[in-house]
Amino acid sequence: MIALLRRDLSLAVRAGGGFGLGVAFFLILCALVPFGVGPETSALQPIAAGILWLGALLACLLSLDRIFALDHEDGSLDLLATSPLPLEGAVAVKAVAHWITTGLPLIVAAPLFGILLHLPGAAIPSLLVSLLLGTPALSMLGAFGAAVTVGLRRGGLLLSLLVLPLYIPTLIFGTEMIRRGQDGGDTATPLLFLAGITAGVLALVPFAAAAALRVNLR
Amino acid sequence: MSIWEYANPVKFMRTSGAVLPWVVAGAAVCTVTGLAWGFLTPEDYRQGSTVKIVFLHVPAAMMAINVWVMMLVASLIWLIRRHHVSALAAKAAAPVGAVMTVIGLVTGAVWGQPMWGTWWEWDPRLTSFLILLLFYLGYIALWSAVEDPDSAADLTSVLCLVGSVFALLSRYAVLFWNQGLHQGASLSVQSGERMSAVYRYPLYLTMLGFGLLFLSLLLVRTRTEIRRRRLAALQAREMRA
Repeated sequence: MIALLRRDLSLAVRAGGGFGLGVAFFLILCALVPFGVGPETSALQPIAAGILWLGALLACLLSLDRIFALDHEDGSLDLLATSPLPLEGAVAVKAVAHWITTGLPLIVAAPLFGILLHLPGAAIPSLLVSLLLGTPALSMLGAFGAAVTVGLRRGGLLLSLLVLPLYIPTLIFGTEMIRRGQDGGDTATPLLFLAGITAGVLALVPFAAAAALRVNLR
Repeated sequence: MSIWEYANPVKFMRTSGAVLPWVVAGAAVCTVTGLAWGFLTPEDYRQGSTVKIVFLHVPAAMMAINVWVMMLVASLIWLIRRHHVSALAAKAAAPVGAVMTVIGLVTGAVWGQPMWGTWWEWDPRLTSFLILLLFYLGYIALWSAVEDPDSAADLTSVLCLVGSVFALLSRYAVLFWNQGLHQGASLSVQSGERMSAVYRYPLYLTMLGFGLLFLSLLLVRTRTEIRRRRLAALQAREMRA
């Protein structure tokens, strides 16, 4: 599993753009928002939490189809399926690799972009914690979507249609947590919900994703 | 005699063909009389004539949820026992469910405009119905995107299972996110909550009618799917010959 993780990470780094593109997309999105809604603090501050989460979510979505597509093309996915490592484990490792290459850079960059959007400093800790807890669920659900659509020729758009509704609960609790952090409210409830969703997703979705992969490899 | 006998397409076709006219007739009678009766009910003292939308709105919304549950059960049967009729029934049900969801949303909007003063409000119930519609669309899109019918049935079944969990999760997550305008249940078995009998009986009748309507559409569409599958099999045989 560790070897697979290392392989995926080095592939993502050496292929170029693995780390960079997601963050660049995130930056562009955050830079475009003020043009759309106006540069005033009063306009940006109430929506900053939502924009940051949406940006992270869309940046994550962009790179989802790469989780399995390249391995499916060159046949290494078939090798993975026949290897002694259970396919569920392989799926989980690939989701972790996706999270490290896209989720983690987003989390590091998010406070900076929060300042761009006039997010108050008091909300930064809850921004970091909510992204840290929420993005692994995004990667894992994305791996499920990628597993379902891996064999399809027009999979990209379908992937977004399938995955985005699954992101709704994470998005709700993530933004709610930042909003409460911003107002100085109690962040424990959304925090617990977010952690619960992520834990449940990490535990159960690999099975669904592996089942979908087995169908597609048949 | 067990229910699994109907997993045999020939047996299913014979039985459903015999039952279908009766179900269609029942659906027509219940829906038409229910709606006509509902139309002739007196006006509500607060809601005026808009109260009559309930006879379309509530049955459609009820079916929108029940169709998804039926698809979930059919998907489970397909995954566990691999009966093709079950997978085809789930496929046939999805567009009907999506249309029911749209009817629920549109009639709600038409009612909400004079009553709440807005076509749309990000109310938990409305929002979760919109999410349900998204799940239906994703499910239908996946069916049409996968070419091999067995793979399509497998993938959509897995999607239906995961989607059910998340549809339910979203249903309660949106409660947390926004407090609603939508009134609570007007009919509830547990709490004994009831609307006036004048509206209740026609509503029961339209609910029954929509249930039968769904059943007849489901049977027709499943029969079409089975025929389409047979046609494809015949064509494949001819290509080989």
